[in-house]
Amino acid sequence: MLGIDTECIVGVMSVKHALLGLLESQSRHGYELKHSYDEYFTQDKPLNYGQVYSTLARLLRGGLVEESGVEAGAGPDRKRYAITEAGVTDLANWLTKPEEPAVYLQNTMYVKVVLALLSGREATAVLDAQRTTHLRAMRELTQRKNEGDLTDALICDHALFHLDADLRWLELTASRLDELAERVRAS
Amino acid sequence: MTGALLAAVELHKSFGSTRALAGVSFSIAAGEVVAVMGPSGSGKSTLLHCLSGILAPDEGTVTYDGHELGRLPDAQRSLLRRTDFGFVFQFGQLVPELTCLENVALPLRLAGAKRKIAELAAVEWLERLGVADTARKRPPDTSGGQSQRVAVARALVTGPKVLFADEPTGALDSLSGERVLKAMTDVARASGTAIVLVTHESRVAAYADREVVVRDGRIRVSEWQ
Ligand SMILES: Nc1ncnc2c1ncn2[C@@H]1O[C@H](COP(=O)(O)OP(=O)(O)O)[C@@H](O)[C@H]1O
Ligand SMILES: [Mg+2]
Repeated sequence: MLGIDTECIVGVMSVKHALLGLLESQSRHGYELKHSYDEYFTQDKPLNYGQVYSTLARLLRGGLVEESGVEAGAGPDRKRYAITEAGVTDLANWLTKPEEPAVYLQNTMYVKVVLALLSGREATAVLDAQRTTHLRAMRELTQRKNEGDLTDALICDHALFHLDADLRWLELTASRLDELAERVRAS
Repeated sequence: MTGALLAAVELHKSFGSTRALAGVSFSIAAGEVVAVMGPSGSGKSTLLHCLSGILAPDEGTVTYDGHELGRLPDAQRSLLRRTDFGFVFQFGQLVPELTCLENVALPLRLAGAKRKIAELAAVEWLERLGVADTARKRPPDTSGGQSQRVAVARALVTGPKVLFADEPTGALDSLSGERVLKAMTDVARASGTAIVLVTHESRVAAYADREVVVRDGRIRVSEWQ
């Protein structure tokens, strides 16, 4: 198991937009939506029907989606859903708005390094252990990337670049430890 | 160390007043891929040169397959380098006047192989590295990534036990670099060749089985594995 969550590409917050995006090209049944979603966005953990229908209910209430016909028979699966104009606008806004650059482990690592220095523990050991863990995850991701298809490669590369950024920060921090130790002890 | 194909113990090496290695120990097993990481100037290339017998350390020993390199006569040491070791550097290791095919065949020709035999083997290695289409081109007429794969083919054509790669993708863009790394590690693993992969990039080191980190001429080993 990887220490990083790459199982579900789409965060909980954006299932809504993922479904909207899938509806934009054509109207679909709930189960079709679920299958497309799983095909595009999940690795191991499929989206459950409950989440599909609760998300659709929310989209209906918000006027971003409408029912586009009910076929003969019974059950929720008979309904087709289509995106509305408001839905297209909402989707477009979301697509063009950059995501907030997330802060990864720096905060926690910073706290650990400072606490190590304060308590007289070896701060380089904290950094080394983190690097070892990061590199192990990077090896697993690289292997997975090389055994998989293009989608795997893109997903793994995203994670790899983030881990690489963490490692650069760890390396830089390692070379600033003496300076940091002085500051920490002076205050 | 048990099972080590190549092992260095307490290497010291200085250039004038610059201490490049300050007591480095290292070992690699047959078929293993080990990344040697560390910031620029930390002593990675010097370590690689000592491990491969290109440089003699001031102190310490390097043992390959039971032979201590420092005790071998020069002629035997350079023979060992040609038969058991392969080398890939950042760039500039191919002869620009020869075709890629001739470049890959060259080590075999120098070892006395007939032209036909050498070129047949060369074609096979170019294919394995996915650059068969460069056979008739000269290195300056190929891309950087293709050149590096040709260089890997040339390094492996003699069937070495250890491949020394010093920043082999350092001059390439990420995508070409990835392709070279994948081809190089796949082919080496398939043929049981160990790789000492020197790099300052973690994305490159991630192609190895494990890594060691050189800092200020020493190898730091994390105690919290
Ligand atoms: N032939 C040389 N003459 C003088 N100094 C050298 C020579 N080779 C390396 N050095 C010095 O030794 C140190 C380690 O260099 P090197 O092994 O090339 O590091 P790296 O490969 O990690 O960048 C550096 O300070 C470098 O300037
Ligand atoms: Mg170097």
